[in-house]
Amino acid sequence: MIWGVLQFPGSCDERDALHACEVVGGEARLIWHEDRDLSGIDGVVVPGGFSYGDYLRAGAIARFSPAMEAVAEHAAAGGPVLGICNGFQVLCEAGLLPGALLRNQELRFICKQTDLLDDRGDVLSIPLKHGEGRFYAPEEMLDRLEANGQVAYRYADDHNVNGSVRNIAGVRNEAGNVVGLMPHPEHAVDPLTGSIDGRKVFEALEGFAA
Amino acid sequence: MLIRPKEGILDPQGKAVERALPALGFEGIGNVHVGRMVELEADDPEQLGELCEKLLANPLIEDYEIQPL
Repeated sequence: MIWGVLQFPGSCDERDALHACEVVGGEARLIWHEDRDLSGIDGVVVPGGFSYGDYLRAGAIARFSPAMEAVAEHAAAGGPVLGICNGFQVLCEAGLLPGALLRNQELRFICKQTDLLDDRGDVLSIPLKHGEGRFYAPEEMLDRLEANGQVAYRYADDHNVNGSVRNIAGVRNEAGNVVGLMPHPEHAVDPLTGSIDGRKVFEALEGFAA
Repeated sequence: MLIRPKEGILDPQGKAVERALPALGFEGIGNVHVGRMVELEADDPEQLGELCEKLLANPLIEDYEIQPL
């Protein structure tokens, strides 16, 4: 599987994302934000960082980049897309994922290891680091997301550090091929860092590759 | 354009300001919300609603008002 990792001005986790794609057995290359050519790419990672300085709202400007136009087409065609942290914010702003990310409840930037629960109830130990990670959606949208199985990851009890509604750490689109989450699976793929649970987040999307 | 968090959405910035007020001796001030203001010059103000919807505000979490200066 060949992954394309987007790179915006202000991205900072694209190198770890490239590494993670390779660790899970794929190839990976960087896609510059002005490049709208995704030919030969099976899956896309929209990585973490502070795209375009996070001016206005996190992810609000990045969604208009040529690369994101290509990602929207790739997603519409059913190709896998993984948005991590700022990448999650970008996907929400672009309307490819439901909901929005707000300032953390305590207004502090948080950096810590957290336990996530995936669909199967497996616990994944994955770090998070963000100032605007409080997932929000209106009640009726939350009910719909839960009914459709669109909640991809939840914080385990006592691990919801940012005040996200219903402990939601990550969501997927209706088709399931676009997934976004605030914690950083790309930082948890090497035993050196204490957890390799992040690999599962990448592997969970491999089935959507054409 | 005035852009502010929607009613009912937790606004920690507003809460932080509110909590600081008594220490400064301000009494009887509540319901503080912090938003942002965007000033611009537009030849055709008709398009500003769409501009707010598409870029300046996120309609899921923010309300906006357009006022001539």
